Amino acid sequence: MPNEPKSPKVSEIAKDLAKSFDSSVVANWYSNIVGFLSGSRSFYVLLAITGLVVFVSSMAALNAVNTGYRHAYNVTREIPWGILISTYVFFVVTSTGLCIVSSIGHVFGMKDFMPIAKRSVFLSVVTIFGGFTVLFFDVENPFRMALYNVISPNLTSNIWWMGTLYGAYMFFMAVEFVFLLLEKHKLAMYAGLSGLLSGIAAHSNLGAIFGMLHAREYWYGPYMPIYFIVSAMASGCAAIIFFTWLGYKVNNERMDKSMERAMEVVGKLSTLLLAVIMFFTTWKIITGLVASPGKVEAIKALLTGPYALNFWLFEVLIGMAGPFVLLLYSRWKNLGMMFTASLLMIIGIFVMRYDLVVIGQVVPSFHDLGVKESLHLLPYIPSFHEIMVVVGGIGIVAVAFLLGEKIFAGHKSEIH
Amino acid sequence: MNLKKTDFETLKKDKMEKVSPIERREFLKIGLAISGIFAGGTILSVVSNMNKVFASPEEFAGKYPYKPHYGMVIRQDRCIDCERCMEACVMTNDVPEYGYRTMILEKEVLDAIGQKKEFIPVLCNHCNNPPCVRACPTKATYKDKKTGIVMMNYEKCIGCKTCVVACPYNARYFNEEKHAIDKCNFCFDTRISKGEKLTACAAACPAGVRIFGDLSDTNSEAYKLIHQLARPVWVLRPEVGAKPNVFYMKG
Repeated sequence: MPNEPKSPKVSEIAKDLAKSFDSSVVANWYSNIVGFLSGSRSFYVLLAITGLVVFVSSMAALNAVNTGYRHAYNVTREIPWGILISTYVFFVVTSTGLCIVSSIGHVFGMKDFMPIAKRSVFLSVVTIFGGFTVLFFDVENPFRMALYNVISPNLTSNIWWMGTLYGAYMFFMAVEFVFLLLEKHKLAMYAGLSGLLSGIAAHSNLGAIFGMLHAREYWYGPYMPIYFIVSAMASGCAAIIFFTWLGYKVNNERMDKSMERAMEVVGKLSTLLLAVIMFFTTWKIITGLVASPGKVEAIKALLTGPYALNFWLFEVLIGMAGPFVLLLYSRWKNLGMMFTASLLMIIGIFVMRYDLVVIGQVVPSFHDLGVKESLHLLPYIPSFHEIMVVVGGIGIVAVAFLLGEKIFAGHKSEIH
Repeated sequence: MNLKKTDFETLKKDKMEKVSPIERREFLKIGLAISGIFAGGTILSVVSNMNKVFASPEEFAGKYPYKPHYGMVIRQDRCIDCERCMEACVMTNDVPEYGYRTMILEKEVLDAIGQKKEFIPVLCNHCNNPPCVRACPTKATYKDKKTGIVMMNYEKCIGCKTCVVACPYNARYFNEEKHAIDKCNFCFDTRISKGEKLTACAAACPAGVRIFGDLSDTNSEAYKLIHQLARPVWVLRPEVGAKPNVFYMKG
């Protein structure tokens, strides 16, 4: 392709990078840190509270490590994946979504999406870090993971692909953020594209972890990887609206025209994606009701069983219908209303992940056999320790967000 | 479907005794074909299930991929739930009180005539197509190339518990002492590799429920029990397609 822009040579990149590290950039950051130190009192109060949350929950998490997960957590042999896995999924879904939605601007060049890029990329690194932190306290031997993932890889395992690709993703996104800070937009674009590709591959593998378990009827099938990508975009849109609105509050500033426009397009995209998710959910349920007995049981647990409140109140009303109506009503101009919608979406999606992970396991393995051990749905309620790890993960994201807003001065881009 | 066309007009139909055996057979064939279509194979399920089960060894008949190809036949109706197999397993394999490698499920049918309860022993099925092995990210669980036993390399286990979720037979649990997932390995390390012929559970069973053996050996009892047509043989959850090596039968 002759018209394609030539990729910059390594030496040029190095030269450019060296140039960018001149005194002005450092001085800029320095002044930002000073600015951070002279932040408003409410900012410090907020930072102190979130910091305290992280501290307390990390104590609880370390206590869980000490006492052993079998005692500290309520996961069982039959339901080994609980709220920690669903929270991990929630965070990485959000991260991938932030990456995908922001890439519309800084990778594919749609001007309207440009202003949200920096904050989104920063938050995608933060949320995936939060996710991995939660996963760290779920996996029994996380340190072995680093070693044996490399020296004993199983290429048929979706977990292996997910871990490896998310590793690459995290690296590319971090690199992209640095390039964005240095205003190296071309390089940021390449890093962003690499991040996007590895992120989508990783995320569909995360869906496939569930979708390829043929012993679990509720999950099995191609639905999961596809649904994960679509719902990731919805999560990403919600996170962008939520954190951008909050960011401007934290910095006590008003949005300029281009940012308002960005919020409008992201809001419209959210509305579209909500409609798509409603469509997905509807057909998941309708097909599930005429499936094999195990799947029908799982769907019934969701619709009329112990998870009915989660489904109808949190997933449907708070997660889909509520924000959909609010977004339409806001006409994508009323930022307060859009913020409320995004908050509702985030809460709803969190519960959605929980239901998705837990309900896949509540129908006993020998359900069809009609034995005494598998006549009823299996119970699971998160323990105190599990909830604290989840709170800690949310706390980490909150602290990092607050610090990011001050240190990187509202993630403003100089080029509009 | 290739059905022979029967001309009904030419059939004698006034007197039943005059119906020739051939006509009778033709008629039954049509009925069978129709009911087969509508029942979607349900009516034929006894036959087709047996074929399915039989298919597992049949595919490898004479060319079992493993030598010895270990498997177990469970003569379900003989089980009296004495749990000596479970005790023997715990003693032999150092299984903690919070876990188990083998278990006896209980089925109660209150409106059954006569006997109202039956017991179904379960353990790892050492599948030919094991979902756990596919899912493990670090090859900590693997299918032994020689014996076909699904084994654990405890050192490599990261404790992600994907194999536990992947297993259709609830055969896996996290062992705190081993810091890894633990499961039945047909007593390979504790007995079989030391020259014993039976697993601890099979040796302990007083009712001859668990017949452990080499399926690739045509003289083994396990082989003979599976490769016959007189009594139905089945596996648990055949729809998963894991191709288990633990077979069930009655009588």
